Amino acid sequence: MRREYGIFHRIDWVMVFLYLALVLFGWINIYAAVYDESQPSIFDLSQRYGKQMVWIAAALLLAIVTLAIDPKFFSQFAWLIYSGLIGVLILVIFIGRDISGARSWLHIGSVAIQPAEFAKMATALVVAKYLSKMDLNLKKVQTWMKATILILFPALLILLQRDMGSALVFLAFILVFYRFGMSGLVLIALVAMPVIGILALLINKLILIGILFAGAVFFYFMTQRKFRHLMIVLVIFLGSVGYVFSVDYAVNHILQPHQRERINVLIGKTSDLKGAGYNVNQSLIAIGSGQILGKGFLHGTQTKYNFVPEQSTDFIFCTVGEEWGFLGSIVLIVLYLILFIRILTVAERQRSKFCRVYGYSVASILFFHFAINIGMTLGLMPVIGIPLPFLSYGGSSLWAFTILLFIFIRQDAYRLELV
Amino acid sequence: MEKLYLNRKFIILGLFLFTGIIFIIRLFYIQVMAENYILSANNNVLRYITQYPARGLIYDRNGKLLVYNEAAYDMMVIPREVKAMDTSEFCRLLGITVNHFRERLTQARRYSSYKPSVFESQINRENFGALQEKMFMFHGFFVQPRTLRSYSYPAAAHMLGYIGEASPSIIAQSPYYKASDYIGISGIEKSYETELRGRKGMKIRVVDVHNRDMGSFQEGHYDTISLPGRDLWSSIDVDLQILGEELMRNKKGSIVAIEPSSGEVLCLVSSPSYDPNLLVGRIRNHNFSLLSADSINIPLFNRALMATYPPGSTFKTVNALVGLQEGVITASTRFGCPGGFALGNGHVVGCHDHAGPLDLEESIQHSCNTYYCRVFKSILEKDGFYATDKDFNIWRNHILSFGLGKRIGLDLPSELSGNIPSSAYYDKYYGKNRWRSLTVISLAIGQGEVLVTPVQLANMTTVIANRGYYIIPHVIKGVGQPDSVNRTLMEKHFCTVDPGYFDVVVDGMEKVVLAGTATNARLDSISICAKTGTAQNPHGDNHSIFIAFAPKDNPKIAISVIVENAGWGASWAAPIASLMIEQYLKGEVKRSELKERMMNGNLIKP
Repeated sequence: MRREYGIFHRIDWVMVFLYLALVLFGWINIYAAVYDESQPSIFDLSQRYGKQMVWIAAALLLAIVTLAIDPKFFSQFAWLIYSGLIGVLILVIFIGRDISGARSWLHIGSVAIQPAEFAKMATALVVAKYLSKMDLNLKKVQTWMKATILILFPALLILLQRDMGSALVFLAFILVFYRFGMSGLVLIALVAMPVIGILALLINKLILIGILFAGAVFFYFMTQRKFRHLMIVLVIFLGSVGYVFSVDYAVNHILQPHQRERINVLIGKTSDLKGAGYNVNQSLIAIGSGQILGKGFLHGTQTKYNFVPEQSTDFIFCTVGEEWGFLGSIVLIVLYLILFIRILTVAERQRSKFCRVYGYSVASILFFHFAINIGMTLGLMPVIGIPLPFLSYGGSSLWAFTILLFIFIRQDAYRLELV
Repeated sequence: MEKLYLNRKFIILGLFLFTGIIFIIRLFYIQVMAENYILSANNNVLRYITQYPARGLIYDRNGKLLVYNEAAYDMMVIPREVKAMDTSEFCRLLGITVNHFRERLTQARRYSSYKPSVFESQINRENFGALQEKMFMFHGFFVQPRTLRSYSYPAAAHMLGYIGEASPSIIAQSPYYKASDYIGISGIEKSYETELRGRKGMKIRVVDVHNRDMGSFQEGHYDTISLPGRDLWSSIDVDLQILGEELMRNKKGSIVAIEPSSGEVLCLVSSPSYDPNLLVGRIRNHNFSLLSADSINIPLFNRALMATYPPGSTFKTVNALVGLQEGVITASTRFGCPGGFALGNGHVVGCHDHAGPLDLEESIQHSCNTYYCRVFKSILEKDGFYATDKDFNIWRNHILSFGLGKRIGLDLPSELSGNIPSSAYYDKYYGKNRWRSLTVISLAIGQGEVLVTPVQLANMTTVIANRGYYIIPHVIKGVGQPDSVNRTLMEKHFCTVDPGYFDVVVDGMEKVVLAGTATNARLDSISICAKTGTAQNPHGDNHSIFIAFAPKDNPKIAISVIVENAGWGASWAAPIASLMIEQYLKGEVKRSELKERMMNGNLIKP
């Protein structure tokens, strides 16, 4: 009795309200994006907005169920949940149905589930479980190699489902690893690789190698200039040079023409507005035409008349940009940032390391989705089809994000009891 | 141990904030700074549908319809909507080959698969009738109505002109015209383009990504209504025009008739001509190249405005008036004619047999060359033998005041100015003070450097008919309604010869027909005043020239007729002018034998 009364007071309402705000804002934007004058009711179950309402109701139910589960359950059964989902992921490869090129959907009766969405939550649990082991030596490389295997395993299975976007999200855990002790060099390398890769395609390779060499010399003189440092800098430099050439080779000889085209469009080398650049161009037009105040709710034309593809799922931000304008977009971005910062703050106050790691995982996964999705609609990121958390149309992603977040809220509510 | 990494919390926090700020900066750039996205968005969803107004009609002076619009149909196609169909039947109905069909469809696809493009333009009514029944069988094709110009009479082609699609240079100059809009290219169609075309309207529709109509934009708030083109009333008498073209059949030359009191052009014949219906619709390009390739007849050349001829003896009327005005002769001045005018260097300006000595009236009646050489010599030596330059300019200014040597400014494009040589020209040719009256004596009889267009010649006749002034000739007398043309066009342009001097010249011109060089132009009960001309020219036989006006008092018609390489003025031009005057003043031609003879004369050597 005391417990039931307690959880109402102990849960972090900031996160809950931010969650509800985003979900509701998503719902009305889906309504605007696929608005059909002949089906004006937002509760019409034959339309996407009607269905999303059902998904939201189910998600709220899931949230309540999650809050009712014993918080120790998640750390104790982390491996089991992880193994179970790995099993489902393997199953999907064989019995899943192909939807727009990816075989990532499992049909249970009339409901289609995308297990990859839930795999993130399971991986977050198992990573938290692994990193909170008492005897873990954080200095050893093997520790991080093992942790990496934990995230690579589901990522590769998802890649086999030809769902590259969802697989890439597992890179988010690198941020978590970094926070809990992995060398910062890995993070730098992860940031440097795409930068050098893009430069390799854009500018003369000899000039790029010259820049890399100058950087190597600079770093060498920053160190104590021992022989060991020279060796490290040299290896990194040579590795970079090799990388420059292999990127060039891979793009020009290994990638399929349409993939190469997408990359060229992204880095601004070509602008193929009818082909690969169509999505991004239409997305920019929709957002850009919103101007400062937006065209107003239901008055957007670009998304309503289907100029933007996938306007209710991956490109839902276009509807926000077009109808709510610059001001509305800022409000949404700030809402997300507050949520992320809140999760980080709450994670830092956990006494249990499991909860801390899990909190960071939640923040990192949500952030990754946010950065790639909005970055894509703004033409800053390649077109990678992953949903915008809580806003995009779709049951699986909404439920998975809900469970992901509410497990954390649940744990936080009992942070004082959990060690 | 773990506390070691506490600062990493801020790095991750920093990364989150950094990303958010990048997004906001990017949003600021595309939503607040850049303006092209709103344009692109409008291009996406807004379709501007042009409403073409009907082009104005053209009537003749008696209200007979000359030019009207006929419906034509463009076959349009939206490639993505084309479904499997009976292609051979479609091609048969349209009168095209299957290969042509494939070619056009590929072309249309290349332009856009979801926007309509013209598949076959200007299908005629007969083909459309057959097609219309079966259009339901051909998905993706639809018919868009358009209008074509149509002409009630196969006449007045040069004056009416034709329309065609606006050229890229016109589109670049004028924001009104878009590709495939029609514009007047010659004749009235060109000079009255603004009145005839009306104003295009614009409907703005909203479409979705599949180009489906989603309704009007902002309840049609920004739509504009098209204004129909205004009808024109021409001053042309189409019956007179047709007679003129028939009389000029197989002859090169021109007939221009003007109502002296108003400057209204009654007919504007340029021969050889063509049927204006040839330059309409799909057959236009083909026929145009045929017509422009005809280098013998040059049918597209508007002789009435653009051909220049020596006026020959018709010029004597004006020289007589200038002589009277300058006081070098009077009505009773007589000169003998020894069969020619000796130039003193062994050359003689010849004259034909006639009694003498002649007074002014008789000199016109008999067209005496000697008389006019002496008149002209007197004009140029009025201030002494060496004042040629000064006196020549006085003479020239008189001549210019008759509307010669400059564009008259009638309401048709492409008029030429003819030529009244200036003293500067002779200074350049002979050297300053190295030419005298006898050097340029051929101007006395309308030969030499003087060149006039048929319309200038008719206008000069108008000045004589009006006894001293002309009104700028015009072919349109009403815009929107009959007789509503701007009255500033009716301003009288007086020549520099006083009205009092005209009577004697007019009397002489009357005698030309009664008992002079053109008795075959006589018309019972109507007094015609006229002057023959026989213009020597470097292109072959003499041109037959005739100017006339009638009746003598209160003239209703002034006319100039030029028949190239036809010999004496009296041979062809005089009877033709007489028949034209008869038609106009009496409404019909009774002298059918003369008419037949004139019509059947073939002066174009094969």
